[in-house]
Amino acid sequence: MAFTPPKETHAGKVYAVTIGSGEGAVTFGGENVLPFNTFEGASPHRPVIAYEIQDVLPSDWPENVQKPYEGVSGDPATWARFCQNTLKAKAIALRLVGTHPDRENRSPEDAAKTVRDVLAALNVPLIILGSNHVEKDAPVLIAAAEAAKDRNCIIGKAQEGNYKTITAAAMANNHKLIAMSELDINLSKQLNILITQMGFDKERLITDPMCSALGYGLEYTYSVMERIRLAALAQNDLTMQPPMLGDVGMYVWKIKETQAPESELPQWGSTEERGIAWEATTATALLVAGAELLIMRHPMAVEAVEKVIEELV
Amino acid sequence: MLIIGEKLSIIAKRVRDAMLKKDKGPIQEIATAQWKAGAGMIDANIGPAEDGGEALMEWMVTTIQELVPLPICLDTTNASAIEAGLKVHNNEWGRPLINSTSNDPERFPILELAAKYNSQVIGLTVGKGGLPADAEERAAIAAEMMARAMEYGVPLEDLYLDPLVLQIATSQDHARHVIKAIKMFQELNDPPMKTVVGLSNISNGCPKNIRPILNSYYLSLLMYEGLTAAIADPHEVAVTAKTIDVIMGRTLYAHSYLEM
Repeated sequence: MAFTPPKETHAGKVYAVTIGSGEGAVTFGGENVLPFNTFEGASPHRPVIAYEIQDVLPSDWPENVQKPYEGVSGDPATWARFCQNTLKAKAIALRLVGTHPDRENRSPEDAAKTVRDVLAALNVPLIILGSNHVEKDAPVLIAAAEAAKDRNCIIGKAQEGNYKTITAAAMANNHKLIAMSELDINLSKQLNILITQMGFDKERLITDPMCSALGYGLEYTYSVMERIRLAALAQNDLTMQPPMLGDVGMYVWKIKETQAPESELPQWGSTEERGIAWEATTATALLVAGAELLIMRHPMAVEAVEKVIEELV
Repeated sequence: MLIIGEKLSIIAKRVRDAMLKKDKGPIQEIATAQWKAGAGMIDANIGPAEDGGEALMEWMVTTIQELVPLPICLDTTNASAIEAGLKVHNNEWGRPLINSTSNDPERFPILELAAKYNSQVIGLTVGKGGLPADAEERAAIAAEMMARAMEYGVPLEDLYLDPLVLQIATSQDHARHVIKAIKMFQELNDPPMKTVVGLSNISNGCPKNIRPILNSYYLSLLMYEGLTAAIADPHEVAVTAKTIDVIMGRTLYAHSYLEM
């Protein structure tokens, strides 16, 4: 008798989320199988990688990941257009890090203008992120959501301390919303419940269980993502069925391993290659754990992960 | 765990009157209330329904599903009434459940209906010989019924074994026998057999004020052993069901778990 591999089928399904509009729109999620187990059920959409840009010069990024954007990163709209046209980005993530009180402390009005400029330059979808300052993100993201009204963007991140304001802003302006909790699966579920109880459609949510880089707690993110996905599929937990985000670049390009020069640590090899490999490895791990949306920085790391996706789908 | 709302029963006067007068109002109101309270299926108990059972079941199924997006548990001993219900059942909301067959050959045609209409079916673990004495006897009957189901072309995953809950006031020992039977039934197959109970029978005949207490605690114990479904009042047992599901790790905990 021929061997028939057993199939694991699930009652639950991850919501498919479409962002952007017109020809540039992309959809991710929608699967009823564990990541890349396409032989067991439906997995209609590929994971999407968004290129990260920011509203101020990336002087806080390590040199090796600043380099690919030399000459364009001085202006967010130019930078966005470069990612779209030259790097063939499928989506852009604009981080309004310049609004952080400890940085340039730019105003919500400044943020709104940046959003408008970037949107005017783009056909692909835009993800609009605050500076991860719980208080300041509220007014900044309200202004940004209004400036992007009806462009079907993703707004984020709503956290326990500010979700009401940010959810209302996303709802009023027809955007999708990232709900972020700090590596705690039960709080992640609770935040999704609280947001949907405000009347926000759960099929417009994206869960961010919080990223961490390889060597810096990646296994925690991995386990939380894995458990969320199992709850969504095997337990048919409706509150855990939004797609998941891996905000990879920001966490990878601040650790020692992506920056320490080869001259100091010759046994670690080329700094540039090491950084790219670190970002690509972290991103790949999260894809396998269940992330459907990634935010990344280095073009060569993105290229490497796209190749992995191509092989696995 | 699946709660099958028990409140649409011909035994209740308000429901009986509505059935006689074909008055949709009370039926839909009760069905909606049970759905909102956490029922995942609605039991439509029309009794033996010897006269006009087909029309009555058909009317019940369409009346409930007109407003409530849930599958129906077709509860009658009248096989042609069950068939009439199966014909109009809207499977968009899930597959129906026939209540019930047993190990009595007179009840085997019900299995034919389940196979023909791709329906799920409850198998009461009683035979012609009267009530089973203990868990072992229930399991032995269950095994015979499983063989019978396969013979009639009903997949085992569509058979819900019912160990027959008896009144604690008159048959106290059976409360424990049924708990043990729930455990034993699951071991009869891999994947485990599904199980169901008519929960409130445990407290039948008891004072009104202690009935919810008996029902809820009994449900906890049955769920601990892996009970799949209970025909019960969701208003009374939803909190217990959700809490035990969380404690047993079948749903992920969140502070608002009772609201979901």
